[in-house]
Amino acid sequence: MAEIASDGGGKKGGKSRSKKMSTKIDFTPMVDLGFLLITFFMLTTTLSKPKTMEINMPEKDNITDSTKVKASTALTLILSENDKMYYYFGIGENGQPPEVKTTNFSSKGIRKILLERNEPQIKKINALRAKLNARQITVEEFKKEAGIVKSDKNALMVLIKSDDKAKYKNLIDILDEMQITSVGKYAIVDITPPELEMIASVPL
Amino acid sequence: MTAMTDVAFLLLTFFMLTTKFKPDEPVQVDTPSSISDKLLPETDIIQILVDGDGRVFFGIDGQPTRASMLDKMAKRHNLTFTEQERAKFSLLSTFGVPVSNMKQLLSLSGDERNALKQPGVPIDSLNNELGEWVLYARQSNPKFRIAIKGDRDASFPVVKRVFDILQERQINKFNFITSLEAAPQD
Repeated sequence: MAEIASDGGGKKGGKSRSKKMSTKIDFTPMVDLGFLLITFFMLTTTLSKPKTMEINMPEKDNITDSTKVKASTALTLILSENDKMYYYFGIGENGQPPEVKTTNFSSKGIRKILLERNEPQIKKINALRAKLNARQITVEEFKKEAGIVKSDKNALMVLIKSDDKAKYKNLIDILDEMQITSVGKYAIVDITPPELEMIASVPL
Repeated sequence: MTAMTDVAFLLLTFFMLTTKFKPDEPVQVDTPSSISDKLLPETDIIQILVDGDGRVFFGIDGQPTRASMLDKMAKRHNLTFTEQERAKFSLLSTFGVPVSNMKQLLSLSGDERNALKQPGVPIDSLNNELGEWVLYARQSNPKFRIAIKGDRDASFPVVKRVFDILQERQINKFNFITSLEAAPQD
């Protein structure tokens, strides 16, 4: 296939000259090979690199009073089966069990609740973002200021718990909601037996 | 013709240089999506895979690390591995078998290993091999970061158990591997 085209150089009868070879080479096979390799690399390559979400868990054996949750700012979410969850406000002090309600992961579900509850913080962060977009502050300043706003003492504190029926996807979704709604204070916490009792009586 | 050849080879060069082969993972894991757009660091990563059935796999990069990890693990469990087995283990990017079955896994060829349904690394509190692997990996290279790659349908208690194991080892900071989804517009 890849023969070298020769011009049959030299006339017969004359003195035998060295055969002049044409320099034209048939490139088709090389191009074929090139495209074959391109196809191979295009199919095997992973173009979308994995993204990552970082989480800092509180240290287990080092819980001080300052990490205890203020009842008025606490929101407890209990993830459960079929992409639904229970939630209640406060921490149920004074022996009064809190009112447990249910919601889901849609934008009208948990996101609405979080946006309402976290409104003061969201407003501040949006104001900061507007400043950033107007180039009044640098990205570093924005991050620092946003961090301060998010960790405000009176900001919403979300406790994420789960029963045994929830999926890993639900956890990622709820952590995502925290980012969307600018909640800076949240923690993944073990569910307690009283809470299991509480949710057992509430239909999902 | 020449122009097309040029383009073809340019593209070929591009793909050859940018390509990174998919690491062979013993299970298919369908990661959940999130709006987070941070990139995963490429090196010094311990990857813990949790599949939909709740099996846990341990993956790590760096061949010398793998070998020294296996030595420590063997010592801990009174096992001995031959030089050949160590070499094979250091080429194994992800595994999901108890260390007692490791010899068996290493004796298989690549295809046989892919066909085998690995039972997962034990994570229960009596036989917490995942915690040991993590400990030994970090002993050989303390810079390792933990990335958890869970399947959407992995059940929460298994994932929570993995968190607890990491926290027992004073690892309070870890990454979840997710695929990208668009952030909602408000």
